Amino acid sequence: MKWCIRATACAAILGMAASAGAAGKGISDGVVKIGVLTDMSGVYSAIGGKGTLVAVEMAVADFGGKVLGKPIEVISADHQNKADIASTKAREWFDTGKVDMVTGLLNSACALAVQKVGADKKRITMNTGAGSTDLTNKDCTPYGIHYAYDNYALGNVAGSEVVNHGGKSWFFITADYAFGHSLEKNTTSFVNKLGGKVVGSVRHPLSTSDFSSYLLQAQASGAKVIGLANAGGDFTNAVKQAGEFGIVQKGQTVVGMLVFDTDVKSLGLKTAQGMQFASGFYWDRDKATREWSQRFFKKHKAMPTMDQAGAYSATMNYLKAIKAAGTDDPDAVMAKLKSTNISDFFAVNGKIRADGRMVHDMYLMEVKKPSESKADWDILRIVKTVPGDKAFMPLSESTCSQVKK
Amino acid sequence: MEISFQTVMSQLMLGLNNGAFYAVLSLGLAVIFGLLNIINFAHGALYMLGAFVALSGYAEWGTLMGMPDFHLNYWAALVVAPLVVGLLGMLIEKTMLSRLYKVDHLYGLLLTFGVALILQGVFTNYYNVAGTPYEGKPEILNGAVNLGFMMFPTYRLWSIAVALVVCFSTWLVIERTKLGSWLRAGTENPRLVQAFGINVPLMITLTYGYGVAIAALAGVVAAPIYSVSPVMGAEMIITVFAVVVIGGMGSIMGSILTGLMLGMVEGLTKVIYPPASSTVIFIMMVVVLLVKPSGLFGREQ
Repeated sequence: MKWCIRATACAAILGMAASAGAAGKGISDGVVKIGVLTDMSGVYSAIGGKGTLVAVEMAVADFGGKVLGKPIEVISADHQNKADIASTKAREWFDTGKVDMVTGLLNSACALAVQKVGADKKRITMNTGAGSTDLTNKDCTPYGIHYAYDNYALGNVAGSEVVNHGGKSWFFITADYAFGHSLEKNTTSFVNKLGGKVVGSVRHPLSTSDFSSYLLQAQASGAKVIGLANAGGDFTNAVKQAGEFGIVQKGQTVVGMLVFDTDVKSLGLKTAQGMQFASGFYWDRDKATREWSQRFFKKHKAMPTMDQAGAYSATMNYLKAIKAAGTDDPDAVMAKLKSTNISDFFAVNGKIRADGRMVHDMYLMEVKKPSESKADWDILRIVKTVPGDKAFMPLSESTCSQVKK
Repeated sequence: MEISFQTVMSQLMLGLNNGAFYAVLSLGLAVIFGLLNIINFAHGALYMLGAFVALSGYAEWGTLMGMPDFHLNYWAALVVAPLVVGLLGMLIEKTMLSRLYKVDHLYGLLLTFGVALILQGVFTNYYNVAGTPYEGKPEILNGAVNLGFMMFPTYRLWSIAVALVVCFSTWLVIERTKLGSWLRAGTENPRLVQAFGINVPLMITLTYGYGVAIAALAGVVAAPIYSVSPVMGAEMIITVFAVVVIGGMGSIMGSILTGLMLGMVEGLTKVIYPPASSTVIFIMMVVVLLVKPSGLFGREQ
């Protein structure tokens, strides 16, 4: 009997030693877990929400459900656009939930909070939804990747276009939190650079239903261009109400700085036609985007936004990096991600820089006229392709501490 | 920034517009609270439902019935939506709320909150929260009217008019007619009123039905202005409750006047200091509760 116990104890110790040895390389905790943390129910949920989860699950299924022989799991949570909820959830996932990577993160306030938690816990965050350029500048971390787009690229691609076509004076209606402020600031710098002028701005709380006051202030300012530095439901409400007050008929141009396919759909082509904006993705760009998007549509009943398609691409490339590195160790995976070119249906000429910025081609989009639209989601056309190194902030201007100068 | 007379006037006008919606919704809450003693948290969800009846009636019912050319037009929606929602309300009252009159207010609040969450969840699942444009706005209400200091959209003037008519006719019926006096007596002493041969439970059911029907009417009127979305009620209801509290729980005239007034206060805040516009109503609520806990128009218990 005594012998039996001793043998079992020895076996147990040996077993523990063996598994501890495996954890050094390979997959820690025996599973690769990806957390989708996004707005599931609020003003941005059509842009990200369940669609982001669907995209990440598609990526895992397409990868084969396993990496280095270990299962891949996906979990999700609603951060309700509140930074404190987002960081609490992320901390819980990293501490006890075995989560290795968090993606989605729509909403800059939430993204900034979670990226910081990720850095403290040494876990990778691949943000596909938020826009703030702080993520790859003053708040950059060794583990944060900013994937789909950022406010600099939006202001650069769309803002410059408007100024070059005569839109010299601007008034901003801005969502009053990290994202809106950053978008306004970035766009302002392009407007100024090109000889334009910002005559004023007004800030509204996130998730506002009545924009009429702000629109009237914009109208009274006499600015040629009304820049909407907001997104999702806020953007569509503002545009609709601008129509109601006849702002466009009286010669002012309303420009959305961040517009997603789902917003155009929500406005309807009749209202949105002719609008130009910047995007990192359009489902109808080429054969590969169409193929993937049709598959996504079958599952989600809506075409993918840049956030959702980006989350697929981010997840896929993360899993490929684990496979190539032979481990899910965050430092090794990050090194792999940053040294590999990214090229798939989402990203053309993609590369993750030292500051965490994933640089890829951006597009200037225009909303089609109702008469030009041949199918339900045939809503946009690509006016211009801007190469990644022209669209995004040059690495030399980045204030990120990770960048060696 | 300099604030001109014109800016102030136009913001007051827009505030009046929002205030009109607050007034209609808080009026419904006040009627239901005054006569049923139920704090109706489902009110926002039923307002949302009204907007969705208009939206789906216009865009989807035709296809569902196999007649693609059929669109429930705006004017019809103004009648159909309150009827549908009013009937649903009466069903809710009969099957659920009527069991709670004898217990604490809190149970009614929790129950109606649950109903609101269920309705909101069902619609979110089907429609997503992004908001859908309502295309059925009648031609005749397009365009704008010159008020001298601003061009004000005709439709918004119309929505203010509808709200004022609904508010004051409801107030007249309850405060100045025989039916109203029965209603008020029925809540004071149901057994005595029943002894006069009046069917009090039916009267209560109809009152709840009416209260939510005007919320649905407000929903239809709101549909062309705001996006129709499953959360539109949830966003509104918190403000509306603040209006009811400021006006004085159960006071009908109090809710109407407070609703209009707070809409304008909010409008002015949007010019003077925009970031405070979403909180100014709650600041007022705190002040009123500290100075006069029963509300501006409430009776001391």
